[in-house]
Amino acid sequence: MSWSKEDMVRRAAAEIVDGQVVNLGIGMPTLVANHLGPERGVMLHSENGILGMGPFPFEGAVDPQVINAGKQTVTILPGGSVFDSALSFAMIRGGHIDLAILGGLEVAKNGDLANWTVPGKMTTGMGGAMDLAAGARRVVVLQTHAAKDGTPKLVDTLSLPPTALGCASRVITELGVFDPAGDHFRCVERAPGIEEAFIQQMTGAPVRFV
Amino acid sequence: MSEKNKVVTGPGPALAGLRDGMTVLAGGFGLCGNAEFCIAEIARLGPKHLTIISNNCGNQGQGLAVLLKQRQVDRVICSFIGGNPDLAEQYAAGQVKVELSPQGTLAERIRAGGAGIAGFYTPTGVGTLVAEGKETREIEGRRYLLEKPLRGDYAIVRAAVGDPDGNLRFYRTARAFNPLVAMAANVTVAEVDRLVGKGQLDPDDIHLPGVFVDYVFEAHEHENPIEFRTTRARP
Repeated sequence: MSWSKEDMVRRAAAEIVDGQVVNLGIGMPTLVANHLGPERGVMLHSENGILGMGPFPFEGAVDPQVINAGKQTVTILPGGSVFDSALSFAMIRGGHIDLAILGGLEVAKNGDLANWTVPGKMTTGMGGAMDLAAGARRVVVLQTHAAKDGTPKLVDTLSLPPTALGCASRVITELGVFDPAGDHFRCVERAPGIEEAFIQQMTGAPVRFV
Repeated sequence: MSEKNKVVTGPGPALAGLRDGMTVLAGGFGLCGNAEFCIAEIARLGPKHLTIISNNCGNQGQGLAVLLKQRQVDRVICSFIGGNPDLAEQYAAGQVKVELSPQGTLAERIRAGGAGIAGFYTPTGVGTLVAEGKETREIEGRRYLLEKPLRGDYAIVRAAVGDPDGNLRFYRTARAFNPLVAMAANVTVAEVDRLVGKGQLDPDDIHLPGVFVDYVFEAHEHENPIEFRTTRARP
């Protein structure tokens, strides 16, 4: 049985090493925060200018001037700091963010990532996605394995405009965990009961299994 | 008195020189940290054919989106359009030109504009649509993209505390692009929640030295709109 969204998010949380500085992308990656207890010592970075971002505030304690990059009201944990956008992206490009967990539209077998625009559709703009993809020390992508019509989203070469080249180290989908390995994807974990043949059928590039 | 008096009563005197076709840099992130009274004054004055440099150019019909609604804007340089239907519609209709710049590149271009840097090489955007028409260069085994600085005629800035010398202190995530845009304009106007006397701000607590600020005024009762009010239940 393929993993639920909740399973995928939990699996993504397992990518984080205790004490790391992590940026969680907008959408499903944001939910990873729900699986990070304080005992893990993980510092969340929000690119609009927070290091040490906390959970949503309690009702009645909302501060309109404390928001995350998705413009949701959040909190700042003890030990957290705030700063301007240039410093925030210096952290990202300068290799000070250990891990970014980002949403994806397509990942190619060489690690190229597309997650910001679809030709013919109104673009939202890339926001901080290109900086995060190019700058974080490690990029893990959280996305569905294929489109609703079965079109693979793990592909040979991107059909969509790239966000950054060769940046993705790992892709977590509802079918398993996949590492771009140059000329193929290396499947390092399968969701329970998912056959290798099915994964290969749903993937747009060769898959090797460990 | 030879010292320039930067304190004004409101945005009117500070923005009186704003003309058609000028470029305005605006701080803030979405609807957070906006110079609300400056935006309202630009809407009232009504200059047209403006270029706006801002991460979002307003959102959800508010903030700088008011200037879009009034068709005062010809061109926007930003990183994100999502959540801003006015910008999306006018961009799709060809009424407003949009130059998308990755958020970190946008921030650094503005910083460079204020810091006298003629350009910088960044890894962000290499091999993407952003790289089109730009010089790329390999430096110590990695490819980079040449990005050029941004400057403007006016910058509108929101800060929590200011003093008569224009020294500013920001609050939480209302900082974002505010100190950067302040550096990159010919005329920088700061609206502050609280104006304190000379020497009241400790030098170590000043986030932006007043050298970057031309006008400062105190403004109360900001709307501080919330785009997504997210909360958790009390235990």
